[in-house]
Order: sequence, then structure tokens, then C-alpha cells
Amino acid sequence: MATLLLPRFRGAALAVWRRNTLVWRKLMLPSIFINFGEPLLYLLGLGYGLGMFIGEMMHMPYLTFLASGILASSAMNTASFEAMFSVYTRMIPQKTYEAILATPLEVQDILAGEMLWCATKCVISGSAILAVAALLGAVHTWQALWVLPVLFLIGLCFSGLGLIMTALAPGYDFFNYYVTIVLTPMFILSGVFYPVSSLPAALQAMVQVLPLVHAVDLIRPLVAGLPLTHVALHLAVLAGYGAAGYLIAVRLARRRLLV
Amino acid sequence: MNTVVQARGLLKKFRERAVVRGIDLDIPAGRCFGLLGPNGAGKTTTLRLLLGQSPVSGGEIRVFGLPIPQAGRAVRARTGVVPQADNLDPDFTVAENLRIYGGYFGIPGGTLDGRIRDLLAFVDLADRADARIATLSGGMKRRLTIARALVNDPELVVLDEPTTGLDPQVRHMIWGRLRDLRQAGKTLLLTTHYMEEAERLCDELIIMDQGRILEQGAPAALVRKHAEPEVIEVRGEERLARQSLASAGEGRFEAVGDTYYYYTRDARAVVKQLEGMPGLTFLHRPANLEDVFLKLTGRELRE
Repeated sequence: MATLLLPRFRGAALAVWRRNTLVWRKLMLPSIFINFGEPLLYLLGLGYGLGMFIGEMMHMPYLTFLASGILASSAMNTASFEAMFSVYTRMIPQKTYEAILATPLEVQDILAGEMLWCATKCVISGSAILAVAALLGAVHTWQALWVLPVLFLIGLCFSGLGLIMTALAPGYDFFNYYVTIVLTPMFILSGVFYPVSSLPAALQAMVQVLPLVHAVDLIRPLVAGLPLTHVALHLAVLAGYGAAGYLIAVRLARRRLLV
Repeated sequence: MNTVVQARGLLKKFRERAVVRGIDLDIPAGRCFGLLGPNGAGKTTTLRLLLGQSPVSGGEIRVFGLPIPQAGRAVRARTGVVPQADNLDPDFTVAENLRIYGGYFGIPGGTLDGRIRDLLAFVDLADRADARIATLSGGMKRRLTIARALVNDPELVVLDEPTTGLDPQVRHMIWGRLRDLRQAGKTLLLTTHYMEEAERLCDELIIMDQGRILEQGAPAALVRKHAEPEVIEVRGEERLARQSLASAGEGRFEAVGDTYYYYTRDARAVVKQLEGMPGLTFLHRPANLEDVFLKLTGRELRE
């Protein structure tokens, strides 16, 4: 049974990554504008505004605290939305995958290429946020450049999970459930705006299963120039969610596309 | 002669409903092979099974001697596919569509440049190379889809209703191109429910209905086997038509919709009789594939 075998990565997936890169290049200017504009709004509005009252949080300026949280959460959003709305568009109404499945590529190659693209997009938009944060004085060290590969991993993690939703979605409205039930609570609870340690003890333990918590825990010390802790655990959680998401999504997408 | 596609006992069920019920296929190299059948006969499903795009419920498939679905990648690398509904990439221009699609086959950029130029000339779209897909007419999209199916220089080209919904000019142009491809030694496998298309293009064809093969052979041979050589189609007042044909003697009489068909070896007497009946319009013509098709698949009222 070929379907029981673990999908193995093939160079063919890069053809899908390349396709998406070329589409992105055509719409580069408006998307870069948005990439810079949104974090600027957050960091100026919340970072300066709230920062005035808060001053320091966890031994760093609030602007730095917030900027590192926004870096992680916007990677989550970028990857999730690309893996849901854009991939759904290519999979169902646009029938792009139907065309691709007539070539040597198979479902696992397409989804691998999509995840690589989602992760790439996270690095692109994350670079813009990092640049804005640095301009506003929130970044204190060159160590912050290590954020970029971490953003790539965060992108793989959340695109894998998003692809499961896409493979199941009967229509675009379906994604609202995932956004409302999963992404938004995670955004609020994962230490983006305030430290997880200020949550009630029981909740603190529970949020440790959320991938965004681990993404924030990796990014924040990198931006603030502080030593990292539990690196292997954080990396493993992100990679684990991504891999599990990919495997499940491939299974579901095969069932949907190869009928 | 080489067999390009070989299927034995091909079976496909959707839940409990069988759409392909144990068919055998042998498609020789370098020929144009047609799958004919009414909507829902199982033609498209059969094509998907042959390319490993749909898991079989039973039976065996070999394409280029390779087992499907295990060798699906290798088989699709040597095959071109024109799907029933256009699925061109709307985010790219005409030439970019071919370039991106060539990328899925891993064709290097240098090879692609020349091939894209040749293919656009082949389907008469050279002057639209930089046009966006949304600006193309239906006929142009179809021609581009055919060009796209050729980007990997395939040995086998599979076309699912290649000319459905196109105007006569485009259909004739596409027929000409498909004949060119056959001349160039490619094997063509097409589905259609246009009898004229099948008759013009196919060396050999299969008529299928409800997932089964009803008949197989060369178009002319099938016409000889299943239909009397002359046909008269009559339209007009029902009672009058029945009367005039009923009195015509031996011959086969069928009603399809509002038209009455009279099949015979010699139509002269009936033609003479019909000429004297102003309430009826009639057409006297040689038998064709459509007559065979209707005879084999028709659910018409038989008299």
C-alpha cells in the first residue's frame, strides 16, 4: 500500500515552491507595503502607546517584548492564512493541483512545496518586521538575525496545521472556525503581549502544548540578546507539529484529490 | 506492434456504485484510440485510472509496460494530458503557463525556451505569448491546454473531450493538430461524445456505456457491422411519419426524440414516397457512427 508509506521529500516539491515565488514576485510591491505597514502599526500603536505605561516587562523594554511576540505571531498568521486561503484557492476553485497531478508530481510533493513556500513567506514578512523593530530601537543585538531561520520553522509548523484545515474545508467559511477557536486564543495566550508566567498556574501548564508559546520562547531572547533556554524542546515542538500536520494533510488531501 | 496501454478487468467503485465495471483495453502505439460513450459512461474515470490519478477498485493496468499506480510518476513523465475543463494557471501569462508546467517535469530552462516557441506556433498562439489567461477566448485556452500537454514531448497524449464547447473553426484546427501529432508517431487516447470527431480522428474506438465496453473496432467497420448502409431521418407530423415508414417494407425503424430513423439497404422506394408528402421533412444519408452509437447505447423508443 503506497498510501501507508511515509512521504519522502523530492526535488519536485521545489517546482511548486518556485511557482508560488514567481506569483509573489508579480505582486511584490503591494505585499511588501503590507509587510512593513502592519508591524509598524502594531509596534507604534501598542508598543509605544502601552509601552509608556508598562515601561519594562521581563527585564526588557516593552517595545522589545512586544516586537518579539509580534514576530512569532505574525509568522503564525502568515503561514496559516497562506496554507488555508491561498492553498484552498489553488486546490479547489483554481484547479491548479488537478493540472499538477497530471505531471510526475504527487500530492505529497505539492503539499511539501506549499509548506516550503509558506515558510519562505514567513521569512520575507518577518524580515520586514525585524527591520521595523530595529529602526524603532527594539532590537539590541546581531543575534536577532537568528530569528530568520526560526521564522522558517514556525512557518513549516503552522502551514502543516493549516493544510489539515484546507484538506478538510468544504469552503472558505470553514477557516473561520480554526481562526476563532485555535489561532485567536493562541495569539492571546501564548505570551505575545504579556508573559505566560502571569497566567493562572493551571493555564500556564496547559498553554505549553501550544506551538506559538514555543515560537515566542525562541524568538524573544534572540531579539532581546538574552540567553536561550530549552532550545531543543522548542525546536522539537515546532518541528513535531509541522511534521504531524504534513503527514495528516497529505493523507486527507490524497483522499480528496485522488478520487 | 507495441502496446502502450494495457488494462485487464479494470474496476472502479465510488462507495458502492460501480462506474467502471471490468473493462479490458489494449491501445497500440502510434494510433488514435477513442473512448466513446454518453455522459456518465465512465470515460473520464477510465482515463484517471490509467494515469494513476485515481485508485482502482480492481484490475491491472500497465502503461508503457509499467505498472500503475506504482510507476505513476514515470508514466506521467511520458504522457501529456488535456483535461475536460481547462485548468490553466490564471496567475501567469500564456508563455509562463508553459514554462511553469515544464518545470513540473523538471525540463531545464534552455530546452524549454525553444519548445515553448515551437508549441505556441503549433497552436497558433505565438502573438499571444504575453497575454494573461483571463483575456483568452475559450478556443485559445483549449489550444494552450493542448500546447501545455505537449511541453514534455510526450509519447502518449490523453485528451478528455478536447473540442467540447468550441466553435467549428477551432474544432477543425484542433482536429488538424491532432492528426499532425499522430503523424509524428504519438499515441492519442481521446474521449468524446461527438461522433463526427471520433469518425474523423480515431483509427480504433471503444463504445462504452454504464462502465462497460459495448463494442470495439475501426469506425467504418463498426458502421458496416451495426447499421444498414442507408438512413432516412424524418421529422414532422408523427402519425404521418409512422404511416409512411411503416408501409415501406423491410428495414429498421427507430424514434429518437422528435425524429424518426429508417435504416435500410435500399431507400429509393421510401424516398419517392416521402417526396410526395409535404407535411414531412426528411434527410437521406449514408449510415454513420452516430447510428451505431444510438443503436448500442440509445434508450430510445424502439418500434
